[in-house]
Amino acid sequence: MTDILMPALSPTMEEGKLAKWLVNEGDTVKPGDVIAEIETDKATMEVEAVDEGVISQLVIPAGTEGVKVNALIAVLNGEGEGAPKANGKGRTAKEVEVQTRADGNADTAGGKPDEAPAEQKVRNDGHRLRAPEQKIAATEGLHDPALPEGVTYAKTTVRDALRDAIAEEMRRDETVFLMGEEVGQYQGAYKVSRGLLEEFGDRRVIDTPITEYGFAGLGVGAAFGGLKPIVEFMTFNFAMQAIDHIINSAAKTLYMSGGQMGCAIVFRGPNGAASRVGAQHSQDFSAWYGQIPGLKVIAPYDASDAKGLLKAAIRDPNPVVFLEHELMYGVEFDVPQVEDFVLPIGKARIRRAGTDVTLVAHSRMVKFALDAAEELAGIGIEAEVIDLRTLRPLDTATVIESVKKTNRIVCCEEGWRFFGVGAEIAAAVTEHAFDFLDAPPMRVAQKDVPLPYAANLEKLSLPHSADIVAAAKKVCYVEQE
Amino acid sequence: MAAKKAVAKSRKPVTESQKTDLIGFYRDMLLIRRFEEKAGQLYGMGLIAGFCHLYIGQEAVVVGVQSVLDPDDQVITGYRDHGHMLATGMTARGVMAELTGREGGYSRGKGGSMHMFSREKNFYGGHGIVGAQVPIGTGLAFSNKYKGSDAVCIAYFGDGASNQGQVYEAFNMASLWKLPVVYVIENNQYAMGTSIARASAETELFKRGISFEIPGEEVDGMDVLAVRKAAAKAVARARDGEGPCILEMKTYRYRGHSMSDPAKYRTREEVQEMREHHDPIEMLKKRLIEAGHATEESLKKIEAEVREIVNDSAQFAQESPEPDPAELWTDVLVESRCS
Repeated sequence: MTDILMPALSPTMEEGKLAKWLVNEGDTVKPGDVIAEIETDKATMEVEAVDEGVISQLVIPAGTEGVKVNALIAVLNGEGEGAPKANGKGRTAKEVEVQTRADGNADTAGGKPDEAPAEQKVRNDGHRLRAPEQKIAATEGLHDPALPEGVTYAKTTVRDALRDAIAEEMRRDETVFLMGEEVGQYQGAYKVSRGLLEEFGDRRVIDTPITEYGFAGLGVGAAFGGLKPIVEFMTFNFAMQAIDHIINSAAKTLYMSGGQMGCAIVFRGPNGAASRVGAQHSQDFSAWYGQIPGLKVIAPYDASDAKGLLKAAIRDPNPVVFLEHELMYGVEFDVPQVEDFVLPIGKARIRRAGTDVTLVAHSRMVKFALDAAEELAGIGIEAEVIDLRTLRPLDTATVIESVKKTNRIVCCEEGWRFFGVGAEIAAAVTEHAFDFLDAPPMRVAQKDVPLPYAANLEKLSLPHSADIVAAAKKVCYVEQE
Repeated sequence: MAAKKAVAKSRKPVTESQKTDLIGFYRDMLLIRRFEEKAGQLYGMGLIAGFCHLYIGQEAVVVGVQSVLDPDDQVITGYRDHGHMLATGMTARGVMAELTGREGGYSRGKGGSMHMFSREKNFYGGHGIVGAQVPIGTGLAFSNKYKGSDAVCIAYFGDGASNQGQVYEAFNMASLWKLPVVYVIENNQYAMGTSIARASAETELFKRGISFEIPGEEVDGMDVLAVRKAAAKAVARARDGEGPCILEMKTYRYRGHSMSDPAKYRTREEVQEMREHHDPIEMLKKRLIEAGHATEESLKKIEAEVREIVNDSAQFAQESPEPDPAELWTDVLVESRCS
């Protein structure tokens, strides 16, 4: 005997009307035969037989309203062949269990997560509370590699440092390849990939059509297939067309597959404002990607970090979003001349030590923070400048340690203020160092408008060192001029 | 890097399907049918939640295509994916337990109906975003070519996905770079509730590759042998380095789009006509009996075996525990090797 129960026909259904029986007692049914019609608040649905057999009893008469999900509606006598075992003790017990669950829970749809036993819920919450502290501890062990005695430095542009990182990793690992618009014959829209086609050939330096969504997805597939793609976006503004693959396909699949499907891929390219290119080509996506679990997000400032962190990103087994800055490509910095210079992902760098206020920045804003620190020093304020370098995982520990010393913080970012990187840091500092703060955290960010084209308006919109100086004075309670 | 295999290309010439093959196809299609019916039942009991898209009616497509694949060929599809998983040899237990969100599921309960994978069986999902599997599958084919492997990727998608822009971006690159991918369009006539005629300016989907120089073929997707024949040709072509092709499988799903769809956009007669005169399992059954390959009794035995597997999977899927709460925090990132 098999009980036929009132089925739930949608994720939210709790009860329904048994509108019509399409079979009679004594009828033989096969799997797939429509046996009844049920009306829910949304629609009329057909119920199919799942097992073969003879309908021995119709328990609920046609036309009955308010039949609860999992209530017994009919009884089927099986025909033998595999049925007895299936319909035996095991499943009947389960059906009873189901019924209890449904009875004990008024809201079947919304109630599902709450069905976990109370003990389990507490344990889950415990995890949540402990998580931030675990994260802070996790970054403490990370250190930049010690440089050998007498190491020499070479003046290198950020552009060439990135190219060197790619070339070194491609020499080291045959599965690493570069793809994107104009990366090959054109030598890169911003000349980052200069010389790579000549060295590695068109099998590994691949010019794509202008189809970001398509080639980002293709890159993800190649990563699933065991390769290590570096996908260049001409700018991250164009990656908005591909963000579905970056987030839904690359970042989430490891989790959704229970750990089976790693996706070792780097999405890189210039991010943020360039110069006089208007709103569509000038947006900082730090906060967008920084929010996504399953991604690592890096935004270096100087050439040395660009090189060491891009090499780390290429070797990382996870999807990494690597945010460069067009206006930094041509700037020269000292890069240590050591073999295989790799930096740890997830570790901020204190660029200038100070005692009076902490300035936190990443990417090009580090330059403005350093300039502001110099100016502040002139009026007796010693600022500590922290270059985040990595946005996810965020080195909250370094920021908090600094604030415990300076008691003041200004968060600087090129992007918009709302729901931004600065908002996250201010919240973390408030949460973890509230008692140390002598002033509310301040944020310096882009004005809350699309970036204008006109030279004067563009300048008004973007944050500069003067804004950081003003904010620092404010948290230090120094009179503004 | 995988070394290039010395084995000759197109290793599975399909001439006349043998008796054992045909009985195998019958069994595989029946397994999918019974599995899906059971999934529908468990859904009705509240044991499976969320979105659940059943494959009933379309069984001949995956079974026919899978029959010409090698173990290292890859398969990727959208969210109506249970049949594909069973066809690649993934266990009924693992799939059903994922549907019930249990520890014994392929994704340890963290994926659900639309997100299951098996590296072992070269099944790459299970994708919930319409059309996303097409560039990803093209990327798998890219990796085959890059590595010098002669594996082929089968990227399945529906008539609905065939209107997605990213599909054409992938077509372009696949043809441009001669990637070993076969695009199998499962045209079941309805993109959720919108019939193909209401959604597509060109309803003959096998023509959709013309402007990318991708050949296409219309196939009776209810006939497992027609599917097998067309797939053999397409796979051999891709394996030989001649690039992608499109197979439009004309098929039909008997159930609604998902569990909460009453399918009022089509008539009961239309569904009945397909079930009675074009059912892939019944048609093969008739063929087997007429050819003397099987009897009602021998097929009943297969039916019993299949039911045993399905019932066992349903029992396992209910008895397997929910994932440990600690699983909440695992598999977000792969532990880094370099730091």
